[in-house]
Amino acid sequence: MGLRSYIITRILLTIPTLLLLLSMVFIIMRVLPGDPVALHFERRGDPKQMEEMRRILGLDKPLWAQYMDYLWGLVDIGYYLEHGYPNLGKSMQTFEDVGGQIFSAFPATLELAIYSMIIASVIGILLGVISSKSYNSFIDHLIRGSGIVTYAVPVFFLGIIFQLIFGVYLGWLPTGQRISPNISPPATITGLYTIDSLLEGNFPKFFESLRALILPSLTLGIILSGIFVRLTRTNMLETLRLDFVTAARARGLKESTVTYGYALRNAFLPILTMMGLQFAMLLSGAILTETTFSWPGLGRYIYQRISFRDYTAIQGAVVMFGLFVTLVSLVVDILYAYFDPRIRL
Amino acid sequence: MSKAETKRRILGPLIPRLTSLAKKGPSGWMVIIGTIIVLALVIMTAIGPWVTPHDPTKYHGPIRTPPSLQFPMGTNHLGQDMLSRILCGGSLMLQVSALSVLVCFLIGVPIGLFSSYIGGIFDRTMSLVIDAIYAFPGLVIAIAVAAMLGTGVVNMALSIAVVYIPSYFRIVRSQVLSIKELTYIEAARAAGAKWHTILLRYIFPNVIPSIVVVASINFADAVLTAAGLTFIGLGVTIDIPDWGWDLTSGRALIASGAWWVITFPGLMIILLALGFTLIGDGLSELLNPKLQR
Amino acid sequence: MSLLEVNSLTVDYPTSRGTVHAVEDVSFSLEKGETLGLAGESGSGKSTLGLSIIRLVPYPGVIVKGRIKIGETDILKLPEHGMLSIRGRRIAYVFQDPMTSLNPVKRIGAHFVELIRTHEPNTSREEAFQRAKDMLKNLGILPERINDYPHQFSGGMRQRIMIGLAIALNPDLVVADEPTTALDVIVQAKILDLLESLREIYGMALILISHDLSIILERCNKIIVMYAGHMVEYANSTELHKSPKHPYTQGLLQSIPNIELADQKLSAIPGSPPNMLDPPKGCRFWPRCPYAKKKCSSKEPPLIDVGNNHFVRCFLYSEKGANSE
Repeated sequence: MGLRSYIITRILLTIPTLLLLLSMVFIIMRVLPGDPVALHFERRGDPKQMEEMRRILGLDKPLWAQYMDYLWGLVDIGYYLEHGYPNLGKSMQTFEDVGGQIFSAFPATLELAIYSMIIASVIGILLGVISSKSYNSFIDHLIRGSGIVTYAVPVFFLGIIFQLIFGVYLGWLPTGQRISPNISPPATITGLYTIDSLLEGNFPKFFESLRALILPSLTLGIILSGIFVRLTRTNMLETLRLDFVTAARARGLKESTVTYGYALRNAFLPILTMMGLQFAMLLSGAILTETTFSWPGLGRYIYQRISFRDYTAIQGAVVMFGLFVTLVSLVVDILYAYFDPRIRL
Repeated sequence: MSKAETKRRILGPLIPRLTSLAKKGPSGWMVIIGTIIVLALVIMTAIGPWVTPHDPTKYHGPIRTPPSLQFPMGTNHLGQDMLSRILCGGSLMLQVSALSVLVCFLIGVPIGLFSSYIGGIFDRTMSLVIDAIYAFPGLVIAIAVAAMLGTGVVNMALSIAVVYIPSYFRIVRSQVLSIKELTYIEAARAAGAKWHTILLRYIFPNVIPSIVVVASINFADAVLTAAGLTFIGLGVTIDIPDWGWDLTSGRALIASGAWWVITFPGLMIILLALGFTLIGDGLSELLNPKLQR
Repeated sequence: MSLLEVNSLTVDYPTSRGTVHAVEDVSFSLEKGETLGLAGESGSGKSTLGLSIIRLVPYPGVIVKGRIKIGETDILKLPEHGMLSIRGRRIAYVFQDPMTSLNPVKRIGAHFVELIRTHEPNTSREEAFQRAKDMLKNLGILPERINDYPHQFSGGMRQRIMIGLAIALNPDLVVADEPTTALDVIVQAKILDLLESLREIYGMALILISHDLSIILERCNKIIVMYAGHMVEYANSTELHKSPKHPYTQGLLQSIPNIELADQKLSAIPGSPPNMLDPPKGCRFWPRCPYAKKKCSSKEPPLIDVGNNHFVRCFLYSEKGANSE
């Protein structure tokens, strides 16, 4: 089948997975606790207030009706066109639309996620290649060791240490906010400050937003790189032993061509899949990183909602995370099919 | 029995086992070092309450003092001695992670065994559900469950367990699927063995090594997730010394340069997670020597 | 001066369980346009010998002794970047398994273009592309398939592509390591014929490595028989066929089934190849040799010149004979 039919099939397969995911979130956050409103008031609330809240949030309806509302909210195009965001319910704390809050917080997380993933994969792949080429040497053991250690470090701990060193002691880099408070953020086109400021042609804003991104994405990127180092190393070691690598050397091709054009290009695909799988881990880490750096994204949003016991908002955020992960895995699968002609045939 | 005899009896069988493990190369060493680290931390936490120089919950010294002779790891913002808190602080994490690993094991392994053995629609549906959970960001699941269940050691352990049950399920399933069709299983079935006998006596023992590997890594992850939950505010609210709690509360002191409040608890958590990771990675390489030349 | 001269080549594989002497004290020479056959069982060291000529012995192998000269150039003394102009250009290699010798994510045209432009950097892409197409024609492959991927070709066609890549830059020497082992018999003959015709057109020397002695007898001028890392016999192919001297060679020749004889019992050499980590003392073949004497299990026989450019490593042909001390 060609690339096009593969894409279509893959997209269609996403629908049952999404349905399953959404149902699971509903079960955990609506069915299991029984009454989220009571939880919010810690079972000490004024019954009239609680009844009022239930009415406003639509939590007084029977469960199946709530389930229908919940699913409908996500596919309601009319609502989306009217508001610019999907219907994810209302906040228990302010009764504002959760969808709006989430959509305004989301771009910050997206930007952080992209840069962190870039850093993680670049560090991971480079170190993995170096490690595999100097098999069993001191460098190899050193790199492998650091890969294991970075996995054991809590991401927020590294974040705090970085803040301490670079923010407090050396005062080089900002420790919070996406851009210095003196400067206004660039006009929103993509929501990613770095891209938007480039699109605007505004280089000072670009550098300022980049500066703010360095510490958080470095933190998250370093923690995530460990898995990439190990995967790249393992795959490279296997691939470097294959015949076509030796055959390439036998044709007098340069070692760098052989390493990257032959070995890495073939070992790369599982790494790409891993990038997709790691996205979920990235999001988990992003929650902690955003909290550490007061980065105004979805992660910090969840953190704040927890302290307010705003369960409807938390549910909306969890759904958002789920959608994000499903989308990423779809994109990764399609990219995989694009890069490996064998899988299409 | 004399002391020398006791020592010999315990160490006797242990030493050749250790040396053969060490001979197996770096993976053997990883398992040994990891086990030593974990045991050391467990022992430290166990005897901690008896050897602390000061009561970790009482306010002894001036607040926010850097490490000194009297307080080798300094004091926190409440004037508590950090060293004492470090010595006792592992108990919550160890309890929560041990409990969650136990729950994961007790739920994930049987479901995995049963589902993959039965096969058919049940297995496929089960796998679909499990894969959906597996693909989801772990901390998000833990937050969702913990937010609903509330605080407390058991609740925290359950929230973490939900995240990692899929790992056990998947590894058990992949092992069972590869063993299921082997001839000696068929022979057992032909000889009239009942399905539960086959599962327990034939299949399960072969799956154990992989489960042990998953459990070790699971332990490490559980420790880190517990720390993460505490950091987010879904930790335990009882006033016992806890590395996670110190790490969280110490964060506010960073701006004033009080580095010791977060550094030592952080290092402890790293050490604990590292110990389990080393065991898991080492075992995994020993049992799966794909790269042995 | 010979095209290729190998003197006392020794290659070891140091492993954690001991050192394997994969190739020990091998010497031979090859003239321009000649064909040399390397015959032997798996583990005899023939592949290692082939790879050492281009210094691509796999880890952990090391060339510990010897001299390899191609023309004037001493290969073992060259720095690594010097080897880059030898490989693919002066000496080319054809590997055994065509299914895994090509880069799966690279089109076959790109394989050629890359090769040509690496060694002749001033060639334009269009020129290199055209040369690739011409080469495909010579190989009997439709030039329109130049943008296809390796997995879209059969094993036989992939092997042709490998051969094409080997001769594309008109090398002085081609080393073909079991080029037909992974292919079925009919395709085997075609591939060998292809090699032969290309050889005649381009005038290159060929080292043919195979465990199949019948192929080697048919297609080679000179033959080396390898056993357990040692060169046990070295002669012209007609000479070897007419009067094989080493018991191992004799055994190999006897075991080639003759299609014209009815009711033929298959004869095989008793025993199995030695464990290279702990080979037999003395002559490595003695446990399987019908003529073995006490001397054979204690001393290693030297390479003995029996005249007619024929050399044997066996005490049977020493002046004093195998029965003396």
